[in-house]
Amino acid sequence: MSIEKTPSRVTEKMIDARSAPSDSIGTIAWLRTNLFAGPINTLFTLFACYLIYLLIVPSLQWALIDANWSGTTRADCTGEGACWVFISARLDQFIYGFYPEELTWRVDIVFAIFAALVAWLAIPNMPVKGLVAIATLAVFPFIAFFLLHGGSFGLEVVGTHEWGGLMLTLVLAVVGIVAALPMGILLAMGRRSDMPIVKSICVVFIEFWRGVPLITVLFMASVMLPLFVPGEVNLDKLVRALIGITLFQSAYMAEVVRGGLQAIPNGQTEAGVALGLGYWRNMGLIVLPQALKLMIPGIVNTFIALFKDTSLVLIIGLFDLLAIVQAGLADPKWLGYSIEGYAFVALIFWVFCFSMSRYSQYLERLLHTGHKKR
Amino acid sequence: MMHNNKKPLLIASAALLAASVASGASAATLDSVKEKGFVQCGVSTGLPGFSAPDDAGNWQGLDVDVCRGVAAAVLGDASKVRYIPLTAKERFTALQSGEIDVLSRNTTWTATRDTSLGLNFAGVNYYDGQGFMVSKDLGVASAKELDGAAICIQSGTTTELNLADYFRLNDMTFEPVVFDTSDQTVKGFEAGRCDVLTSDQSQLYALRIKLADPAAAMVLPEVISKEPLGPVVRQGDDQWFNIVKWTLFAQINAEEMGLTSDNIEAKKSDTNPNVARLVGADGNYGEAMGLPADWAYQVIKQVGNYGEMFERNVGTGSALNIERGLNALWSNGGIQYAPPVR
Repeated sequence: MSIEKTPSRVTEKMIDARSAPSDSIGTIAWLRTNLFAGPINTLFTLFACYLIYLLIVPSLQWALIDANWSGTTRADCTGEGACWVFISARLDQFIYGFYPEELTWRVDIVFAIFAALVAWLAIPNMPVKGLVAIATLAVFPFIAFFLLHGGSFGLEVVGTHEWGGLMLTLVLAVVGIVAALPMGILLAMGRRSDMPIVKSICVVFIEFWRGVPLITVLFMASVMLPLFVPGEVNLDKLVRALIGITLFQSAYMAEVVRGGLQAIPNGQTEAGVALGLGYWRNMGLIVLPQALKLMIPGIVNTFIALFKDTSLVLIIGLFDLLAIVQAGLADPKWLGYSIEGYAFVALIFWVFCFSMSRYSQYLERLLHTGHKKR
Repeated sequence: MMHNNKKPLLIASAALLAASVASGASAATLDSVKEKGFVQCGVSTGLPGFSAPDDAGNWQGLDVDVCRGVAAAVLGDASKVRYIPLTAKERFTALQSGEIDVLSRNTTWTATRDTSLGLNFAGVNYYDGQGFMVSKDLGVASAKELDGAAICIQSGTTTELNLADYFRLNDMTFEPVVFDTSDQTVKGFEAGRCDVLTSDQSQLYALRIKLADPAAAMVLPEVISKEPLGPVVRQGDDQWFNIVKWTLFAQINAEEMGLTSDNIEAKKSDTNPNVARLVGADGNYGEAMGLPADWAYQVIKQVGNYGEMFERNVGTGSALNIERGLNALWSNGGIQYAPPVR
């Protein structure tokens, strides 16, 4: 039987796909399925919109529309809205603390170098990343210290009692982060070690520091420690706080890292051993690269917590960003602008923490090798 | 104020430690200050009118001026002070351990602190006491009319105990509305959660500024507790104790004699023997303290007399606008009184 001509009721060419009905795609459809799917859903949506309206409109009105932006004194704040003059008049103090005004360029240079190094490491495909990483960890802290503290190369000494504001917050956070990660990795490896003494030392260390609140640690470092050491040995208050924060955070970091190490199947280590790799090379080449990748969310989580915890130093009289804003609020000239002050601090903290969070998500995507659940 | 560390154990242990430390650290503070070239002064981390950094980052306040006075007397330069901000719990340790030379941090002079912590109070630079702030609409003129009132208090301070004592003594009742921080307390008062706000008087004036309409609130005249605030030094160094004590006395005497930072230059050659003795033109009253003859002149020239110091920081020259009250000179109805320099 030969193939007959196509019956006339069958079209010869393919019919173009028609676009979906207008009520099942686009904004309207999205609104319908997500916000107005039924009477109850609609009711909730409207109620939520009303709540947002109640919240957002006065906030914007206060923070932007009615706000006072320019001026130098309290008298420049007349409107009903926020008085950002308080922030702008004291911005230098909030950033540099009591650092001598004519020397703040030193802080700026440190900020700039740090930002450049971080950017170098954060942007993919930059050359000589390894060298830059080593410079960041091994050389930058010394440069930063010499610039901030001075005392050599003809730089005037600026004692740590003059440090404050955002600069102090960053010093505390960066030192804590940079020192706590390697310590945490070592502690975690020690805790998983077969050597009984190393293992027990690490366990005791971790459990001790995890068992006490950070406030207690800071308080001991600032109040009790000076009573036990002889009067001549006057260990700097900031150094004491830094040591406390680092030891405390390294214990937390150790547990995060240990979680990552445990997630690597034994087969990986055994394969490494079969290839003739020793413990350190096995760790460095096989286990840690895989484990650290898995731990990114946990590590960044700890960093963010650390960043926010730095504001606890205000209980030992160190003027970090939060404390210096609070001190500014005690100036009789600026009494009563606490909302502006706290909003400013919250914004700065949010910017830093959110950036860290976004970067960690980016890293996860960059390093993901198919294990991640989609 | 700030007397919320009523933990006997903490105080006892601190006292114990202080006793062991004080014996070791009683080296002459004056010598070490001269050697360092600055006075280490413990201040608060921010208390309106007493110690707070201004826009340029310079510490200002009544407590700060006490330190500046000591620096002017000892080193001849009121700016040679290093301020160490301390929290309420750190302050005594910092003094005991030698981290600071003077503690000038709105610290109430009490028997326990004076006798068991290895410390000495060198005088009173502000007579404070717990008071009441009410809304003017309430139409109350005296604390005695507050029977049954809802009262906003900050928790954990002796303010709470004083309040209960006062109402029990006067056979009145009250309803406490407790908040955690002073900012919350003000908001509570403003929102009408209570009729009355109680705190130390120096604080009430600062809290009043935070109200949306400060003029609508008033501070009642009654003071229901004694809170003498003053500078503190380590026990066992009488020379340094004398220096701090007499620096303050010199300022009070200067006010009584009408000496100010403006006219002291002209009055240096005054014939009034009291003035001549104070500014060092007649005799050398600094010598016995290890100070130069012009110690008091430097203090008054650079920091001013007590009245100037008061008005500039908490009085009419400041936003706080606190009345002199008890802090007026004894000759003006107050109780600020200084022994004569002779």
